[in-house]
Amino acid sequence: MIYLEMFWAFFQIGLFSFGGGYAAVPLIQSQIVEGHHWLEMSQFADLITIAEMTPGPIAVNSATFVGQQIAGMPGALVCTFGCILPSFIIVLILSWLYMKYRSLRTMQGVLTGLRPAVVAMIASAGVSLLVLALFNSSLFSVQSSDFRVIEAGLFVVCLFLLRRFKANPILIIFGSGLVGTLFYLAAQKLLII
Amino acid sequence: MEEKSVKDQSTLRVCWQLFVITFTLSASTFGGGFVIISMMKQKLVTKLQWLGEAEMLDMTAIAQSSPGALGVNIAIVVGYRIKKVWGALVCTIGAVLPPLIVISVISVFYNEFKDNTYIAIALQVMRAGVAAVIFDVVIDLAKSIIKTKSVLWILMMVIAFAATCFFKVSAIIIILVCGMIGIVHTTWENKEVKS
Repeated sequence: MIYLEMFWAFFQIGLFSFGGGYAAVPLIQSQIVEGHHWLEMSQFADLITIAEMTPGPIAVNSATFVGQQIAGMPGALVCTFGCILPSFIIVLILSWLYMKYRSLRTMQGVLTGLRPAVVAMIASAGVSLLVLALFNSSLFSVQSSDFRVIEAGLFVVCLFLLRRFKANPILIIFGSGLVGTLFYLAAQKLLII
Repeated sequence: MEEKSVKDQSTLRVCWQLFVITFTLSASTFGGGFVIISMMKQKLVTKLQWLGEAEMLDMTAIAQSSPGALGVNIAIVVGYRIKKVWGALVCTIGAVLPPLIVISVISVFYNEFKDNTYIAIALQVMRAGVAAVIFDVVIDLAKSIIKTKSVLWILMMVIAFAATCFFKVSAIIIILVCGMIGIVHTTWENKEVKS
């Protein structure tokens, strides 16, 4: 019975979380903390921290975490399945419509109009991430005193490697983590001495 | 060898490659769905040439118009486009497995993980690399919009950027408005051709 409840709770989270990322957080909170009391508020805050520190979407991460806490690995699987099932069905229907009708003029019109918008949204996501990397704050609360030299240097070098040498993005991400951490530790050592 | 067109390869082979691609991308994606999209574009459009650039943008729009996580949705559309329902299934599993494994492990060792300084520093500096990956892709995409030399599309791109970045307008509104403008533009063009 608990499996069915877990499945249904995460099915709703998957179905109503439009906009992705943090848009899902209040929805998850109302289901998990207030609705079913599966997690305490402090546990929920921990969950958001973990979700932020690890790869993967917040909704999937919380489904796995909550499922694990309540019923171990089978619980994690049930919650995760419930969470992605709505997207799976809806995305499949939309993709099918897209393949079938994309040569229609009206559909062409819609798609051509959407292209600049999609580029703009990706760019916007890039800017907020860059601000977070360089100032560790959001765009509206940037202070020049928070500027991080190591991250700025890393960003420039990485972008150069990607543009000039078409470097592998996965290597760039992990490489920047490794090199950046070494620089930080070296900087700390120098300051102490 | 890898650059062979998708059609010349067996379904099993393509599905395995799709699984490997979505799994590795999902495992290394810190920072949300747009990072996955940027990396997928790099891999599937620029490198393997399985998809066109315009198609990739259309699929991003589909992924954004559906509920759920962007990173999972884009995997479903791409999988379906390349190998129908099997492709979609394989890509979904590939995209979901890494967070499932990572979170399961972490939920056991949470306290040790949270208090580790090295992990905290690495996760902070890694954001610089992630931002560089997104910017690299944005430069390519923006170039292709500018190359259309259409004042309308370039202006729409700039306004949509300002709206999302500075005014926090939601993605759904941007998609609806730009889709409408697209329809009106096409109907207008049709009328001009007829008269």
